[in-house]
Amino acid sequence: MKITTGGVCKAGTTLVNKTGGWRSFRPVFNYEKCKKCGLCEIVCPDMSVLPKEDGFFKYNYDYCKGCGICANECPADAIEMVLEEK
Amino acid sequence: MAVNLEDKSKMVVTEGSYAVAHAAKVCRPNVISAYPITPQTHIVENLSKFMADGEIPNCEYINVESEFSAISALVGASAAGARTYSATTSQGLELMHEVLFNAAGMRLPIVMTIANRAVSAPINIWNDQQDSISQRDTGWLQLYAEDLQESADMLPQLYKIAEDKEVLLPGMACMDGFILSHVYEPLVLLEQDLTDEFLPAYEPEYVLDPKNPMSFGAFAAPDTYEEFRYLQEQAMQNALPKIEAVAKEFGEIFGRFHGGLIDEYRTEDAEVIIMAMGSILGTIKDVVDEYRARGEKIGVLKVRAFRPFPKEQIRKAIKDAAVVAVLDKNISIGTNEGALFTETKACMYNARCDIPIIGYTIGHGGRDIRLETIAKIIEEAKEVASSGINTESQFVEVREELL
Repeated sequence: MKITTGGVCKAGTTLVNKTGGWRSFRPVFNYEKCKKCGLCEIVCPDMSVLPKEDGFFKYNYDYCKGCGICANECPADAIEMVLEEK
Repeated sequence: MAVNLEDKSKMVVTEGSYAVAHAAKVCRPNVISAYPITPQTHIVENLSKFMADGEIPNCEYINVESEFSAISALVGASAAGARTYSATTSQGLELMHEVLFNAAGMRLPIVMTIANRAVSAPINIWNDQQDSISQRDTGWLQLYAEDLQESADMLPQLYKIAEDKEVLLPGMACMDGFILSHVYEPLVLLEQDLTDEFLPAYEPEYVLDPKNPMSFGAFAAPDTYEEFRYLQEQAMQNALPKIEAVAKEFGEIFGRFHGGLIDEYRTEDAEVIIMAMGSILGTIKDVVDEYRARGEKIGVLKVRAFRPFPKEQIRKAIKDAAVVAVLDKNISIGTNEGALFTETKACMYNARCDIPIIGYTIGHGGRDIRLETIAKIIEEAKEVASSGINTESQFVEVREELL
């Protein structure tokens, strides 16, 4: 590997680093309360909120670090942060 | 600089800021970010007018909400392959500090004009060079202009150096605020056809493009970070000969030469050499002419490139003098020295050359620099040549009655 000028590199290579292991709290959707507004998808800094065919959303737990922004911002209070336990 | 006789018919009387804005225009920028701050504002105002009049094709002019945004916008634009320009000064430049490192580390050839001004507090809008000198470690090229014509001529030169594949670093074209930015002088506005001949379009190696996604400004762990720093330093060293070559080529096309890395004035047999950067050189040259008329061997060394620092050229220029006095419009508080003085001494230390070098910090916050003050410095330097250094570095004039 050679360093390119300014360190420009192929995009998306960090997909090999499954950062979900950093998580201490896991966001869980309550589909009874969810209004499908999609704010969680927009605010997720790690693109770990994925739309489903039925209009609801799901998490990609391989990369969700459990930051909780989605739960904090959810206007319907439809996301619960659950403690990760072994 | 002596007036080129062929230029006389082309000269117009304009403000320095207009000449610089016009120079930026003929360099065909693709993105200009603008945030007003005295004494730089006239530059972006003039560019705004050029935009409104449709005189800058294929260009976006972005009014931003702070200098932090001004430079951040250019980082994105430059990564997307645009030739970019902005102008700032003083607190505005200091607000950019963090992003200046990013621009340099990402190797983006952004060019900015700095209308040099003192920094707060106390608030002061007048000229010294503390603002850009304080950014000397950010990895930006820094050139300092002596007069209005050079402030304008510096822009196409700086684009050409910055965009060179072996350099790829951002650059600051520094001009003294008010003294150069707000003064009207006869000068030649850069011709579009000659500028096009001199400065080819920017061809970036990598482009931020959604159709071909790439990561810019990615992370580097301890196992690679050091190499990034090494490569930046190499790029700076590569810029040394480029600055000389580009200044020479500019001279061939436009007929004007303002010096490469340095410029020597009556130094050939000089016993006393005065070193400085920027508009103060004109005042120094006037005084030196008087000394020369009386048969005294005094010379002037203009330092045009502060980053990269032209150690070899400076060594060669001053090694035969009996004494050197370095004038700085800045101070590194805690050393009692200006930056040019400290770095000049440093580059001489291992050169087995022990001529005395003395330093003066001068013109802080726009205090007038009078001919008598320069003459006083020359007299003190002459004394150092005969009896050694008494005071190594000092403020040139402190009003004792205020202390």
